[in-house]
Amino acid sequence: MSSHNQDTTGAQTTQEARMGEGVDDRFNSKLREAFGSSPFILTKFDSFMNWVRGSSMFMLQFGIACCSIEMMHTYAVKHDLDRFGSGVPRASPRQADVIIVPGTIVSKFAPRMKRVYDQMPEPKFVVSMGSCTCSGGPFQEGYNVVKGAEEVIPCDIHVPGCPPRPEALIYGIVKLQERIAKGETSPVTVKPYELEEFGDLEDDELVQHLADQIDEEDLVMRYNWAESP
Amino acid sequence: MSLEAPEPSTHADVGVTEEGLDYDALESLLGDAVIGRETHVNAEAFVVRPDRVANALSVLKEEAGFDHCSCVTAQQYEDRYESIYHLKKYDDPTQEVGVVVPTSVSKPASQSGESVYRTADWHEREAYDLVGIDYDDHPDLRRILLPETWQGHPLGLNYDQEQHQVVPLTEHANPLQEDHQEGADTMFLNVGPHHPATHGVLHLKTTLDGEQVADVESDIGYLHRCEEQICQQGTYRHQIMPYPDRWDYISAGLLNEWAYARAAEDLADLDVPEYAQIIRTMSAELCRIASHLLAVGTFAIDVYGDFSAIFMYAFRDREVVQNILEDLTGQRMMFNYFRLGGVAWDLPEPREEFFEKTRDFLDELPTRLEEYHNLISSNEVLQLRCVDTGIIEPEVAKDYGCTGPVARGSGVDYDLRRDDPYGYYDQLDWDVITEGGCDNYSRVLVRLREVEESAKIIEQCINLLEEWPEDEREIQSNVPRTLKPDADTEIYRAVEGAKGELGIYIRSDGTDTPARFKIRSPCFSNLQALPEMAQGEYVPDLVAALGSLDIVLGEVDR
Ligand code: SF4
Repeated sequence: MSSHNQDTTGAQTTQEARMGEGVDDRFNSKLREAFGSSPFILTKFDSFMNWVRGSSMFMLQFGIACCSIEMMHTYAVKHDLDRFGSGVPRASPRQADVIIVPGTIVSKFAPRMKRVYDQMPEPKFVVSMGSCTCSGGPFQEGYNVVKGAEEVIPCDIHVPGCPPRPEALIYGIVKLQERIAKGETSPVTVKPYELEEFGDLEDDELVQHLADQIDEEDLVMRYNWAESP
Repeated sequence: MSLEAPEPSTHADVGVTEEGLDYDALESLLGDAVIGRETHVNAEAFVVRPDRVANALSVLKEEAGFDHCSCVTAQQYEDRYESIYHLKKYDDPTQEVGVVVPTSVSKPASQSGESVYRTADWHEREAYDLVGIDYDDHPDLRRILLPETWQGHPLGLNYDQEQHQVVPLTEHANPLQEDHQEGADTMFLNVGPHHPATHGVLHLKTTLDGEQVADVESDIGYLHRCEEQICQQGTYRHQIMPYPDRWDYISAGLLNEWAYARAAEDLADLDVPEYAQIIRTMSAELCRIASHLLAVGTFAIDVYGDFSAIFMYAFRDREVVQNILEDLTGQRMMFNYFRLGGVAWDLPEPREEFFEKTRDFLDELPTRLEEYHNLISSNEVLQLRCVDTGIIEPEVAKDYGCTGPVARGSGVDYDLRRDDPYGYYDQLDWDVITEGGCDNYSRVLVRLREVEESAKIIEQCINLLEEWPEDEREIQSNVPRTLKPDADTEIYRAVEGAKGELGIYIRSDGTDTPARFKIRSPCFSNLQALPEMAQGEYVPDLVAALGSLDIVLGEVDR
């Protein structure tokens, strides 16, 4: 390792070259001006945290159906969701705090989605994208289709449309950011479908029939197609 | 061009004559396996004894040259169950024959065709799952789309849609809980259903031997949205058309709509005005470009890592295509633009602007494609990853019923736009692209080159449309308000979708909704061939192979 040569010739350091001529206005920013003479602000820690949370959101890279194509367009050039401080998709649920649910949820996938949701750290937010996640959308009458994401996980924002345009999705996400920044919580919703242990299910004909296929401790989701809205 | 001359076949295929297929010769070839004969709109069909299926199919394959089992349709009538094997030839898909296998309601079991066509494996599993037919000596007859604990067969006649269902989560071992140590170096690895490389909700159960893939099994059905049921509930005229957009949702909507339009128009004997055919051809090819661009972009994500330049380029260009399509149809993705007998409306006014916009896109395209080629096909890193990985030999591809860019990347010269012409394709000047490499690289190259061909087609269509006399711009023929095709007409018709042969089987029962609506999805068959490509390769090659298949789960699961 050679020692750093002291620059005595007057050539610029890289840092200087990047900053350019004149006063570095990073130290005279608008923010600084707003603070006035003292560089301190007083706020409630909670409000500060909410503001931070809303301004930097990590999305879960989560694609289900057609809507995910428009979601990808929202991430990609032209719409570039990251402009709003809520863009970079994370592949692992453990690194994400917002999940966009883009598509039709069917019986086989709902328990999986619940599991992915459970793996996300608190606080977490859900944007339900598209008619399918509102109500089952065009597939509402299907024998296999869960009638909306809200049956399985609580949703903060619904963006209807089939598919919603990227602009609509951005609007929904910005609304969510606003709400987070203001510290609003979403109403608690009743979820008809929960993951529960097979042994805890009410012992009826169907359960007895399946008893030799499923272990007592296995997590299951029981669908009641007739009563879901 | 291959230098080896194709081996001269020792015998001509039975039943091939100048005027088309001689079904009587085929029938006598099958001998006493045949117990009857039906006439479908697309071809004759032989009713075959349920215990002679494998034999009949293998005779048709070996001696009559039907090497493509494009679809297996199962359905229940009041008095019987029925499986129909739709057979074709890769050399000439207009030569078709159906094999109908009836079984009793009390004990619906027939022989499996899996030993003759590998592709029948998944098709029969689906038939078992949704309709409830048992196939004797099928190697692995399990549910494929619905969870294994599902009760009843939803497309059977007396299914109760309101009954409760229980779906377990631990159906698949959780790799984080226990590493399934089978042998010293063997490990069981779940990929998906939530995983960025699976292009949606696909689950791959992989057995690894060290870093190599010893076995891979695709577990599908995480997006089984009951498309067939929904189409069976909709009326022909208007209610079905919105759904095809959602099968292959990667902007390939119009190609899918065309599949339904073609089947229904042939079923009900409707004409389509020439002008509408040109619009269809043009817009469908725009969709193909959008779809192939996404395939290339996401393939680059799979091979290069997160949101790379190629992905962004592909999306930039897709936005342009989507804008053009939005001008034309009013929607970015779910177009709902075709109607039976034509299209919904004419080109947007002012027409010049539309032409100009499309021409601009086409003029830019060669430069754009060069960019892609610089980034992809002439990139050494990508070549190292993709050349000679994920090999699928042409014969294997045919056995699995692969079509589209997957088959053409293995040198199988099969493209329904040329071989079974529809629309305006046969009057235009374009080429079918094939590559002989059989590997991941060839499949991507085929897509990139097909974009060029599509551009050629669009260009010619625009020229035609521009000069079309104003008073002859007929966009729809006369179609009755309620369409009721004659009872018991059956048809299987396919078009070349973005991913391959997209076929529709419709049986009508005299009402205004289909009695059976079956979708033959190209991705379903293509995905089935994944183990052939991935076995013995490294894990990253498995991901590349999956990416190069370009599956879309909406179409695999339907
Ligand atoms: S809302 Fe429409 S576009 Fe979105 S997943 Fe459902 S069907 Fe597809």
